[in-house]
Amino acid sequence: MRWGCFWLGGQWLLGLLLALQSTGFVYAQLPSDAGFAGRIGALCNATFEEKNKIVESIVQSGHPSAQPTLTALLEDRLYCRSQDQKVFLIKPAPEDSPTFNLIDPLTLKDAGSASTDDITRIVTNNHLRRVLETVLARFRLSSPKASVRLQAVKEIERDLNEGNVQLLRERSAIETSSKVKKEIGIGLGLASIDSSDPRERLAAISTLAGSLRQDVLNRLQTLVEKSPDGTFVESDEHVRKAAAKAIESIESRRSFYSGIQTVLFGLSLGSVLVLIAIGLAITFGVMGVINMAHGELMMLGAYSTYVVQLLMPNYIGSSILVAVPVAFLVSGLMGILIERTIIRFLYGRPLETLLATFGVSLILQQLVRTVFTALNREVKTPDWMSGTLQLNEALAITYNRLYILIFTLIVFAALLLVLKRTRTGLEIRAVAQNRAMAKAMGIRSEWVDAITFGLGSGIAGMAGVALSQVTNVNANLGQSYIIDAFLVVVFGGVGSLWGAMVAGLLMGVVDQLLQPYAGAVLAKIFVLIALILFIQARPRGLFPATGRAAESQ
Amino acid sequence: MQRPRSYALWIGGVRDPGSTWFLGSLLALSVVIAALNLLVPESSALHLSRYGLTLIGKYLCYAMLALAVDLIWGYCGILSLGHAAFFSLGGYAIGMYLMREIGPRGVYGDPVLPDFMVFLNWKSLPWFWHGFNHFAFALLMVILAPGIMALIFGWFAFRSRVTGVYFSIITQALTYALMLAFFRNDMGFGGNNGFTDFKDIMGFNLDSDRTRVVLLVITAVMLGASYIACRAIVCSRAGRVLRAIRDAESRTRFLGYRVESFKLWVFVFSAILAGIAGALYVPQIGIINPSEFSPINSIEVVIWVAVGGRGTLYGAIAGAILVNYAKTYFTSALPEVWNYALGALFVLVTLFLPRGIVGLLPLAKGNHAGKPKKDVETFIVPAKTPEPSSE
Repeated sequence: MRWGCFWLGGQWLLGLLLALQSTGFVYAQLPSDAGFAGRIGALCNATFEEKNKIVESIVQSGHPSAQPTLTALLEDRLYCRSQDQKVFLIKPAPEDSPTFNLIDPLTLKDAGSASTDDITRIVTNNHLRRVLETVLARFRLSSPKASVRLQAVKEIERDLNEGNVQLLRERSAIETSSKVKKEIGIGLGLASIDSSDPRERLAAISTLAGSLRQDVLNRLQTLVEKSPDGTFVESDEHVRKAAAKAIESIESRRSFYSGIQTVLFGLSLGSVLVLIAIGLAITFGVMGVINMAHGELMMLGAYSTYVVQLLMPNYIGSSILVAVPVAFLVSGLMGILIERTIIRFLYGRPLETLLATFGVSLILQQLVRTVFTALNREVKTPDWMSGTLQLNEALAITYNRLYILIFTLIVFAALLLVLKRTRTGLEIRAVAQNRAMAKAMGIRSEWVDAITFGLGSGIAGMAGVALSQVTNVNANLGQSYIIDAFLVVVFGGVGSLWGAMVAGLLMGVVDQLLQPYAGAVLAKIFVLIALILFIQARPRGLFPATGRAAESQ
Repeated sequence: MQRPRSYALWIGGVRDPGSTWFLGSLLALSVVIAALNLLVPESSALHLSRYGLTLIGKYLCYAMLALAVDLIWGYCGILSLGHAAFFSLGGYAIGMYLMREIGPRGVYGDPVLPDFMVFLNWKSLPWFWHGFNHFAFALLMVILAPGIMALIFGWFAFRSRVTGVYFSIITQALTYALMLAFFRNDMGFGGNNGFTDFKDIMGFNLDSDRTRVVLLVITAVMLGASYIACRAIVCSRAGRVLRAIRDAESRTRFLGYRVESFKLWVFVFSAILAGIAGALYVPQIGIINPSEFSPINSIEVVIWVAVGGRGTLYGAIAGAILVNYAKTYFTSALPEVWNYALGALFVLVTLFLPRGIVGLLPLAKGNHAGKPKKDVETFIVPAKTPEPSSE
């Protein structure tokens, strides 16, 4: 009971405080270091009730250190030194570290270190933390950075009391960023939806209709619901109608964006398949070799990424960029080795290359198990690749997926360029079309074979780098993707790079579109069955090879 | 064919030395195994343990599966990378019977529902489980399930002339899709865990050596019978057409043969053989789960056939038994080495022994049924020799 009263009191005081300080936190009086130090010093032995008041007085002091100090208090980084009752901030340290590095709250400079036994943490309770969060949000509301202000508005929205609403209103008048202003508008709308004036509620609804957020939607939905006794919660009919309309508008836009999101996610999943399949399209399509070791070449690429990261542990950010050419070389050279020692004896016998390369895949898998053990290896994701790109409230894509999509497009473009614009590419296409004629023209077909296989394998290696970012790196990495990759190639039309591209992306998207209705496994089964049926209808795939090359297959 | 068509068809088939050797040793094996397990006392060093019994039974089932693959691959050029699917379908059919046989002896003691259904809180048997309490019905399903699956799949595939690599890849997709489907609990086939913990078959306790020996002998008999059936097929006039399809499909079609029907029925027959092999496998091994459908298993079967020697039938059987024996030995003795050895085996066999291990034996040179020697080198229509049609 006592706590309850205290809580209300705190809120009231805060409201009053805000009302008084009409323009936020302009420094009304010169901040006095001594006064500030005294205030925070008092935190050492204060009760929660007293701490609450101290926090308010710290805010009122307007001292430049107020914000960092309060932040530290919220994050449990404000400590009291037992010997002299002085308060210090500490630097974030590992859990079991025996000493803390201290920071002086007044100057925000280092103040030596202290053993964990000599200092005690200034504890907070739930209510105090809530107060601190709002207080800090208000600090950040006047930050020069628009993104910080936006975040602050969102935090304030969680607790829309009168004081905060007032604060938002004031900020709205001087806010320059349209994004922040819009967010403030939503916050104010959420607040005035509880207003007693129906016109104000109507106005609020029209503001909120522009939002995409789930919580706004939920709030609007309460307006059209009936209470248990059969009457509407919202008494005014116009308001109910407006709310229903707003809900419809928000929902239709949300479903539109979630459709886009599904397609984007499907594209990113598909792009992994494309990346795997274009390598295969070269070895399988152009050379007629069923390379069952393709997955293992990919696995080598993923392990190359791991090794590169081991070699440059301090440059994880750039390690991925280094890993791409390294993986290309490792897998490409391995591919050339396989071609020279095994596959060149088996040209024209595609089903036998399947057996031999399956043998190679077993050897490579075991090799990796012997060298790296059978455990999963952790490949780190660089900072620039982690996180989410939030396009709007209903549409987000993770950066690693986005980068893989972009990477796939780059690799694809580069490959097309090599095949269509370089001499080597010309020779590769010539040998694929008519080996005898190409030889007669003076092309060293053996050398071209090795290069072609190396190119396909190298692309597998690069696919491995991309895969290391989305899946576990272990010896079975290749096996789990190889069947899908073969299906993509066959679906697209053997030998057609564009076919592999379209087929891979299509498979990814269809899979994602089916998933909400059928679940992951069933969606996959449907895709497989659809593919089997498709092959019946068009046995040569989406983009069948034409000309002489097609007839000899 | 100059030979008169009467029973010379199959007698003629088994007259070649390879077949005689194979059938003879199969007979000897069954007798010796039965004697070693049942007559030799357990204390004796010669006694064949239950483990050994199970192992030999497993090899024989695999041999039958390999036989089925060799029939379509070695003689008709259809490389199926999904034969494990038919094997597993047969296995699941008999597994359903064995589950029903458990009756009230399950952990939950439900008189009708198998344990996993009780566990999933199902109230009644799904429709497709009815009838499996009769052994004869289960046997029928062992034949029908893979047979119909192969009929539908093959009808679609061969009608649209899906051949070569394309066919291989979609059979792989088939078995992959089935594997994913059987992993689902909702399918009603025990999901991840499949069927296990069988008690008896037709009232005979599966845990007794006597039942096991009988099962093993039945397996050996079935293997022998299917060998003779396959031999009869390949030596018949139809067998010649199959080989013609393998060597020059378009040419055979232009000569007026219905290539699609020949392919379809040999494919269905092969699938049924695989299904029977699966049905013999499950009661001996005592478990069937969706991983049997995994595409890798199907590829392994192809490898056994390739190692043994394609297009000989007995080669496939020899390959299956040898590779699996090596696998059993290595995985227990030198697990690290096994994958290297197996991988190297595939590479070396494809490179240096295109006719497989039996190609090394002198008796293979005798050849059977007037098969031209050159066949072995050209069984896959080489991409480089254009058929007359494209000129």
